[in-house]
Amino acid sequence: MSDTSDISREDATPRREGGRMSAPDLRAWFLGEVLPLEASLTRFLRRNWRNDSDIPDLLHETYVRVYDAAQREIPASAKAFAFATAQNLLVDMVRREKVVPIEAASEMDMLDVALDEPGPDRKAIARDELRRLQTALDHLPPRAREAIVLRQVEGLSRREIAQRMQVTERTVKWHLTEGLRALAKAFHGDSRGAP
Amino acid sequence: MSETHSSGHLGLPDSEAISARAAEWIVEKETGAWGEADEAALQAWLADSPAHRIAYWKLEATWDRTHRIAAFKPARRRARLAAVGRRVWPVLLRSAAALAFVCAGGAVAMYFSQPPREQAYATTIGGHETLALDDGSRIELNTDTAIRIAMTGKTRRVWLDKGEAYFDVHHDAARPFVVMAGNARVIDLGTKFTVRREAKRLNVALLEGRAELDNGEQGADARSAVLRPGDVAVATADTLAVTRKPEAAMKATLGWRRGVLVFDDTELTAAAQEFNRYNRKKVIVGDAHTARLRIGGTFPSTNVDAFADAAEAILGLHVQYRKNDIVISR
Repeated sequence: MSDTSDISREDATPRREGGRMSAPDLRAWFLGEVLPLEASLTRFLRRNWRNDSDIPDLLHETYVRVYDAAQREIPASAKAFAFATAQNLLVDMVRREKVVPIEAASEMDMLDVALDEPGPDRKAIARDELRRLQTALDHLPPRAREAIVLRQVEGLSRREIAQRMQVTERTVKWHLTEGLRALAKAFHGDSRGAP
Repeated sequence: MSETHSSGHLGLPDSEAISARAAEWIVEKETGAWGEADEAALQAWLADSPAHRIAYWKLEATWDRTHRIAAFKPARRRARLAAVGRRVWPVLLRSAAALAFVCAGGAVAMYFSQPPREQAYATTIGGHETLALDDGSRIELNTDTAIRIAMTGKTRRVWLDKGEAYFDVHHDAARPFVVMAGNARVIDLGTKFTVRREAKRLNVALLEGRAELDNGEQGADARSAVLRPGDVAVATADTLAVTRKPEAAMKATLGWRRGVLVFDDTELTAAAQEFNRYNRKKVIVGDAHTARLRIGGTFPSTNVDAFADAAEAILGLHVQYRKNDIVISR
């Protein structure tokens, strides 16, 4: 598996603005430039959409649209493009819903505010990520945490983990899957808004 | 699992369902029996929709990162390990010169009395090798370690010339298994143990069974101890001390067999020294204040960066990456 641990470093992201990208480059661009925006994108969507339970789907759809566009041409600014895409999506959704969310009309101009959020330097992002991931790990259900640590830190196989935890391999798989998803949410997303 | 994801009232793909499926793919690929058919099925799923690819990438990045970050826990306040028993024998040396003479003579005699079927094995920095011997015993070599093995019909001898090794000995009373490290000898009485050789001392930790440790001296200077499970013996030129360690501490001592270093309230200098055994890129602790800080946690032994990241993030230290080393300071 390729090492994506460097995505927050400046030099790891290929920059070929205005050009076509190969699939691996596109992946690197997405991980390095778009995914780190998740917390602020989530806040933007929350501010501009009434129903919180829709946020994960809206976020994911924003990603898909950004990705589709980037396949044709990499936007010069991932951040500006992602927020514009999110805004367009909300407009589409309002039309489709034919119901204007309470705040949607008045606060759609929040976009400028979101874009003006100070971008923390990459070093700070990396530090913050480490803390967030550690916190997320600490808050996992104990069994899921145990399974993740046994696998990722101690390098045990699924069978060995099953023996150690006295459960079936299927249960180990379930813990790993649930643990991974919870970690990804806390890691990429807006932990401040999470329950 | 269904590949069609129910749409919510917005008519968007169900991101939760896609993410759950992506997580299953990753866990199966990383921890299951993964074959060509599985890979083909995964590629088809990824090709099916950008939504699938994005969900997969996102989780994959997290999965990779958990590896790097390890299970760093902030150091607990000085929780002392409870030493169950402690026995110390100071060994008084009458004459250092006489000792040196006896040792040199002994080593030479032993060397020439061995049959020429001695085999040498070594690991480089960061290395880890397992040797399966014909007699059913196993030897695991840790980083930067050199041993020689000589097996005859009557004896089994291993010289630990440098480094650290774990021995899982198939006991045979008629054919003793002896590990020699400098002057000291460890004689197996049916056991699992580790021997670690450092510049001025020798560490022997016993996990299972029993073993006898002696300092290679004769007459009045001879010292020996029978080690039981949990015993950790530290031998220097003039002392031999045995301490009983709790099981958790013993497990931590053996972290290297699983490729990890386990710290528990460990001073930063000591932790850095441990990392430096396993890596060419050395960790340098820049000042005395930093040296005394304490950390805990489990780290992959060959990932210095994860350790430096942790020092930076958790202890708030300054980390400077240079060509051949990493300087950690206040």
